[in-house]
Amino acid sequence: MLKGKGILFDANLCIGCGACYEACKEKNNLPKTNTEYLKDHLSGNTFTVVEQYGNNYARKLCMHCDEPSCVSVCPVGAFKKNEFGAVLYDENKCIGCRYCMQACPHKVPRYEWNKTQPRVRKCNMCSDRIEAGGITACAEACPTEATLFGDMEKLVAVAKKRLQNNPSKYYQHIYGIEEAGGSHVLIISPVPFEQLGYTSKLPNKPMPELTMQAMDKIPPVVAVGGVFLTGMYWLTKRKNQIAREERKLSVKHETIKADEVNHEE
Amino acid sequence: MKNNDIFKPTFWKVVSVIIIIIGAYSTYYRFSQGLGASTNLYDTSPWGLWIGFDFLGVGLAAAGFTIAATVHIFHIHKFEPIVRPAILTAFIGYSLVVCLLIVDLGRPENFWHPLVMWNVHSVMFEITWCIICYSTVLILEFAPVVLEKFKLTKPLKVFKKISIVFVIAGVLFSTLHQSSFGSLYLIVPGRLHPLWYSSLLPVHFFISCIGAGLSMIIFESFLNARAFNTGIRINILSSAAFVVLIDLIIGFLLKLVEFISAGKLIYLTIPSTETYLFYLEILIGTFLPVYILSYKKFREDKKWLFISSVLVISGFILNRMNVSITGLAASSGRNYIPSFDEISITMMLVVLAMFAFRLVVKNFPVFTDEENFIKNTDNEKEIKSKQIIISE
Repeated sequence: MLKGKGILFDANLCIGCGACYEACKEKNNLPKTNTEYLKDHLSGNTFTVVEQYGNNYARKLCMHCDEPSCVSVCPVGAFKKNEFGAVLYDENKCIGCRYCMQACPHKVPRYEWNKTQPRVRKCNMCSDRIEAGGITACAEACPTEATLFGDMEKLVAVAKKRLQNNPSKYYQHIYGIEEAGGSHVLIISPVPFEQLGYTSKLPNKPMPELTMQAMDKIPPVVAVGGVFLTGMYWLTKRKNQIAREERKLSVKHETIKADEVNHEE
Repeated sequence: MKNNDIFKPTFWKVVSVIIIIIGAYSTYYRFSQGLGASTNLYDTSPWGLWIGFDFLGVGLAAAGFTIAATVHIFHIHKFEPIVRPAILTAFIGYSLVVCLLIVDLGRPENFWHPLVMWNVHSVMFEITWCIICYSTVLILEFAPVVLEKFKLTKPLKVFKKISIVFVIAGVLFSTLHQSSFGSLYLIVPGRLHPLWYSSLLPVHFFISCIGAGLSMIIFESFLNARAFNTGIRINILSSAAFVVLIDLIIGFLLKLVEFISAGKLIYLTIPSTETYLFYLEILIGTFLPVYILSYKKFREDKKWLFISSVLVISGFILNRMNVSITGLAASSGRNYIPSFDEISITMMLVVLAMFAFRLVVKNFPVFTDEENFIKNTDNEKEIKSKQIIISE
């Protein structure tokens, strides 16, 4: 079961007002990136967006996976999952390989392409506010309870209750409860999630396991390979040595034979 | 060797100089303006031509470990004359990769971070370490050539005694990171096109690099023979080509079995750019060379040997580009086409690599006389003096 804190987004309650978008920009001191917030997209200066799909609105932001791909793939450990579940990035460690962007199943991390010292940018779940006992800026700004912040257990309970109470209004699944091993952002919606632009068909196990299947084989490959190669080295060397000695011996025999022939003469 | 040769302008020299000048300007532009201004990379397609070329540089350098293992571990001395070209190719290939990585990193000033900041769960971390270790091994493996040139016999003896340790370490490091380049994509099942995505990606990468690496050595031997007017050791090259043939067949069968067992055959019938590219890759990189190399008379014919090596290399390049660029294009929602600066920096580094290879071959005993090497196994002292004479 998912522990710690997280965010629940309910597409049924979202009115597309963009308060979360504005609050996020303000909280993170991000410059204006688009005159129409509904047409903006995630970028180095935008950590969350509200997108319109017909009559429905969908929020996009870092899902704060329970076992995040970015944390597992970063060669220098610039991504860390903190104690309540936020996935945080340390720009001082980052070397800029961008594997996190390639590996993220939700295609969330963005890059400051136009800087000479670029950073990876994404939602940090307002971790400073959370640590001070507050809630995220987006949840605070939301006028309709479409975005809720709280303990994961409570959020799951709220989501389940909403799905139960209004089975006709809700598509009966909580996105994020098992996708890619679960995430700290949960989404409920009136329609299947791919219709709101969320990545569907994600495996239900944590993505890093896919890599671990291969990484697990490294120690045995090294051990068996090392022993095999060393063994082959000695064996073939010995074989060549014996062959050479035999050749020498046969040469010796021939010279002895030749000597004997000479003596007889 | 005349020193003033270098200033005599020829067509290729002029072209090379132009490529280097443009590339140098692009490099300056990339570092002063950032990746956004100089590349066509973007958020959903964060890796491009440079990463693709890193795959090529490392893959085509694979003969460095296979030939070294054949000769020094399995003691098949027949291949001894191509050990040095293979190691030199590997070293230059890896140098190219390191330069490209520095250009590609968003924060190149932090390139040393993986040395002190560890994340052992990361494939990228493992590759970084393997490349660092293997480059060191390559320097140590090539050191005897330099020592010979300068007649430093004492350190040479020490090197020869302990060299087997480097060779074995080199084979292990290579096996790990060659396959790990494939492992990089294991975590993106939703992004990489199913024609290329496979849980066996690391195995495919390992198998294909062996054939491509050997083909690269065959290709180079022909170019070298032309450039320096020397003969070609056709018997060694056709033996190497036979190994390429076996390797291609194994690689293809594995792919076939995997396609059948994973139910991926259906993708071969869906008309799309990816499908056509996949067919092209299999045709150029597998079917044609397998057909040519299956005939002994073709395998022992200079022209066909050369053609087949070019085919294998082209197929390999196509495969790596498909995995790193084309296979990801559909899911990124935008078509990535490398920018002018990306291409010019890559071309500059390729030209510099070719120049470095030529320079080393001219000045050090890399392509040594075949006869000397046969004697080498029996009488090392005699050889040493002979090789130095040759190099002078």
